[in-house]
Amino acid sequence: MAALTLKINGESRQIDVAPDTPLLWAIRDGAGLTGTKYGCGVAQCGACTVYLDGQPVRSCSMPVSAVGTSEVTTIEGLSSKEAKAVQAAWVAHDVPQCGYCQSGQVMSAASLLNLNPKPTDEDIDLAMNGNICRCATYVRIRAAIHSAAKTLEG
Amino acid sequence: MKQISKYAVLALVAGGMAAGVMSFAEFGASEADAAVSNPGKLQPVSAFAKIKNKNERAVALFNEAGKVIASPRCMNCHPATDRPTQTDSMRPHIPLVVRGEGGMGAAGGLACTTCHHEANFDAANVPGNPKWALAPAEMAWQGKSLGQICAQIKDKERNGGKDMAALVHHMAEDELVGWGWKPGGNRTPAPGTQKQFGELIKAWADAGAACPKG
Repeated sequence: MAALTLKINGESRQIDVAPDTPLLWAIRDGAGLTGTKYGCGVAQCGACTVYLDGQPVRSCSMPVSAVGTSEVTTIEGLSSKEAKAVQAAWVAHDVPQCGYCQSGQVMSAASLLNLNPKPTDEDIDLAMNGNICRCATYVRIRAAIHSAAKTLEG
Repeated sequence: MKQISKYAVLALVAGGMAAGVMSFAEFGASEADAAVSNPGKLQPVSAFAKIKNKNERAVALFNEAGKVIASPRCMNCHPATDRPTQTDSMRPHIPLVVRGEGGMGAAGGLACTTCHHEANFDAANVPGNPKWALAPAEMAWQGKSLGQICAQIKDKERNGGKDMAALVHHMAEDELVGWGWKPGGNRTPAPGTQKQFGELIKAWADAGAACPKG
């Protein structure tokens, strides 16, 4: 175990975990931020998606020691205009069913709209296919992303 | 139990569950993949010295180096389509990712770096390298004969503008190419060593760089 300093959601935090601990567990167990979910642990489901310096990463797929001075953003710290539009559209479309995968879905959807403000169905599928939803809410996810894109157009 | 072991076990258990529920395999090799064995060692350049005809020697050297080129460790990132393949069975990459600009994934879509980082991370069985990316479309190898790949490798229009010296350097020294011999996890390494591969390519170039027919 070693004390590591992580910048999470704009705050510096001392986290006492082994350096080879997956970032996911440093966030959940070390920082106590449990909005980021453990799904598969092998970078296949997207439930653990966070941002590293604004770019989505699967937090199960990297050791916490690899974070260095990069800034981590979790669902608790997501506050961009794209994120707000996505969250509003999620509510309007009643997207979540069981909800377990939704923090990862929202992280990926907000990142997509940040990079591609008017995504096509194909763009959405390419961006979101790494986020698995066992309740199969994919149709509502796609509709909500289109809605959020329209909201952001003003 | 060491902490990492706890997480590795969690990952394995959950990975197994995910495979069962979602009906797809993980990054690691499946049972079918395990049957694909490493074609083994490379013959040294000296083994080809007895071939007196220069062109025939070049062809023989390239055929030997071709054991590496045909390896899934190399082929997986030189796909015929925009989608890479993975594992020793070279099945389509899961999740769906595409080459995109610069071989790093679609804009706004899934980037390679979403999952692949600076180094292999065995707790999640995810391979990594600082240069992780797909080869450009003009360097697609899958589905081609060794002769076609040989001609492609020599063609500056399709090899990133490399002359023969740069090509030899790429094969012998490039870090991402070198990952193919130390892939970690349960991935089968490319045959031989990168040094041997580089020597074969250099000897092929020195012998006139003739290509196998077909």
